[in-house]
Amino acid sequence: MKDVTYSELNARGTGFYSLLAIFGAFAGIGLLSSWYMEHNGHYVTGMTNQIVWGMPHVFAVFLIVAASGALNIASMGSVFNRLAYKPLSRLSGLLAISLLAGGLAVLVLDLGRPDRLIIAATYYNFKSIFAWNMFLYTGFMGLAVIYLWTLMDRKMKCFSFPAGLAMFVWRLALTTGTGLIFGFLIAREAYDAALLAPMFIAMSFAFGMAIFILMMLAAYNGDNRPLGDYIIKRMGKLMVVFIAANLYFVTVHHLTGLYAAEHSGVEAFILTSGGTFTWHFWLLQVGVGAVVPLFLLACPFTPLTRTGIALASVLVIIGGMAQVYVIIIGGQAYPLSLFPGMEVQSSFFDGVVNRYVPSLPEIGLGLGGIAIAAIMVTIGMKVLRFMPASLADADIDPHFKPAAPAEAPKEAVAEAAE
Amino acid sequence: MTTPDKQTNTTNRRNFLGQSAALAAGITLAPGVTLYGVAQAKAPEDAVTAKVRWGMLIDANRCADGCNDCVSACNSENGLKGHGRPETDAQWIRKVNLRDPNTGAKQSLPVLCQHCSEPPCVDVCPTGASFKRKDGIVLVDKHICIGCRYCMMACPYKARSFIHETVTDQKPHAPRGKGTVESCTFCVHRVDAGGQPACVEACSKTSAALTFGDMNDPKSNISKALAEYPSSRIRADLGTDPGVRYRGL
Repeated sequence: MKDVTYSELNARGTGFYSLLAIFGAFAGIGLLSSWYMEHNGHYVTGMTNQIVWGMPHVFAVFLIVAASGALNIASMGSVFNRLAYKPLSRLSGLLAISLLAGGLAVLVLDLGRPDRLIIAATYYNFKSIFAWNMFLYTGFMGLAVIYLWTLMDRKMKCFSFPAGLAMFVWRLALTTGTGLIFGFLIAREAYDAALLAPMFIAMSFAFGMAIFILMMLAAYNGDNRPLGDYIIKRMGKLMVVFIAANLYFVTVHHLTGLYAAEHSGVEAFILTSGGTFTWHFWLLQVGVGAVVPLFLLACPFTPLTRTGIALASVLVIIGGMAQVYVIIIGGQAYPLSLFPGMEVQSSFFDGVVNRYVPSLPEIGLGLGGIAIAAIMVTIGMKVLRFMPASLADADIDPHFKPAAPAEAPKEAVAEAAE
Repeated sequence: MTTPDKQTNTTNRRNFLGQSAALAAGITLAPGVTLYGVAQAKAPEDAVTAKVRWGMLIDANRCADGCNDCVSACNSENGLKGHGRPETDAQWIRKVNLRDPNTGAKQSLPVLCQHCSEPPCVDVCPTGASFKRKDGIVLVDKHICIGCRYCMMACPYKARSFIHETVTDQKPHAPRGKGTVESCTFCVHRVDAGGQPACVEACSKTSAALTFGDMNDPKSNISKALAEYPSSRIRADLGTDPGVRYRGL
């Protein structure tokens, strides 16, 4: 494998700045949405006293979980010493920081009192998993910056393995913490399971990988840089394992719920009678997000193509959003069981499936978070040397062998002999 | 150690300062009209203590179906006004109607913050805004609530409300604020002044289904009632040990 040369994004001119302007517009929509929600109060959203966490949380959790997963590439290179991935470690770190920043921005801008962010940073209840997560998120950012420093400064190169290892452990802790935000909720039948922690880790692997593949394809195609099939196919094959792991944990989670009679209600709700949630689960989460991508990536009868891998990545993201939607919204839509075995009715919507209609400001805020992440990645690549100049097979494949020169046609050889 | 003389001096000086402050702050504008009242902080020896555990016993057999007196009293006492949006309007106490699908037996009872001794809302609150006083009353510190609603996700009793829009005409003893979470306070302002929660007072005029008092005091009415007949807790299996108990459930 050759020495890797890194360079800033070459793109400039109208196209590049138009792209930044589009991202900026979406970020602006996000900020305006937040202002609208805060100015009027949350009654203008689809969130209620029943569905207390809505679309902003779906976007935020998805982005935070994906941020951890975006570090897959860095971990493969720095911790597991897979040479082909090493050149992409810088991009992996940049994407992770950006996705986390986007997710946290959404989370903070949805707070009832976002102006009290300083309180969230200075008052801690150390029994709260939310408070732990604040340390996990800020620590993740800090470690990622240090890790990037070890990658980008030759004098610091000797620290890249310990930094990468610390980052690897930290990202697992971060996703565990995010999963346990739900796992520790004893009140709600859809949650209250430690299994959510490893499930969130598997989700992060799949979502982060999909986003990384798409970002890499967009950046290298947009910047007209060589990008060989070798690295893309390798990532595609790796994503198969992550999608399957996610599906495994989802299956075990629901099987456990089905086995316990007390959870049969919520399981029946999600799996059969939950209307939109049931459709989201089977059609989008399982079908679009897992079965189709697995077919595209692992079917022995169809060749693995770049288009197939890109399509599979898009589907994994759609399925991932649906999965987070079913977990967060579906888990709240199913009524709390205050009086097990009794039929319940009240003015506060006890005993009924809670209604939720996402509102435009919520979606606007979520898209704003994605735009913030996109802006950070684009500007990061533009001003610093994150991108390897070439990802052609000859430059990145440690076992690359140039193709043998094509044999001359037999007829031509015969003619020459004569 | 403080000598008796010193103690008297300290008390006298404190009284003098207090009276001076009262004189300065309570400037009389006209007979019966004062500019300021002096906040009457309790003496250290009267502070909230774990020797008291405030609790409520709800007798479901006495609670009449269709009676909403406790709910009305709570709304009035704490300045809770709906905006005609039931999904986002705050409710600190609600009447829940139960029906046993096997027997058809019906019951009606109020559900409010259960003031748990192991409150999940307090455990999960990132800033410590949700807190439990030593006497068992669970409250929200409005100054440090950031409105994350994690406590609402964690409460097994659906007892909390998020303030979804601007509130007006607030009661001085029950401050509220858009973007924060709130719930039943056991009318802490009344209890601290030696009174009863508004819902209990209202109920006592009709069905007397609610009994409030110190569960640690064996002579209190609630302790005697709890000792006399069995009572139950909502979702006792969760181990939150609510301060609200139910009879006839």
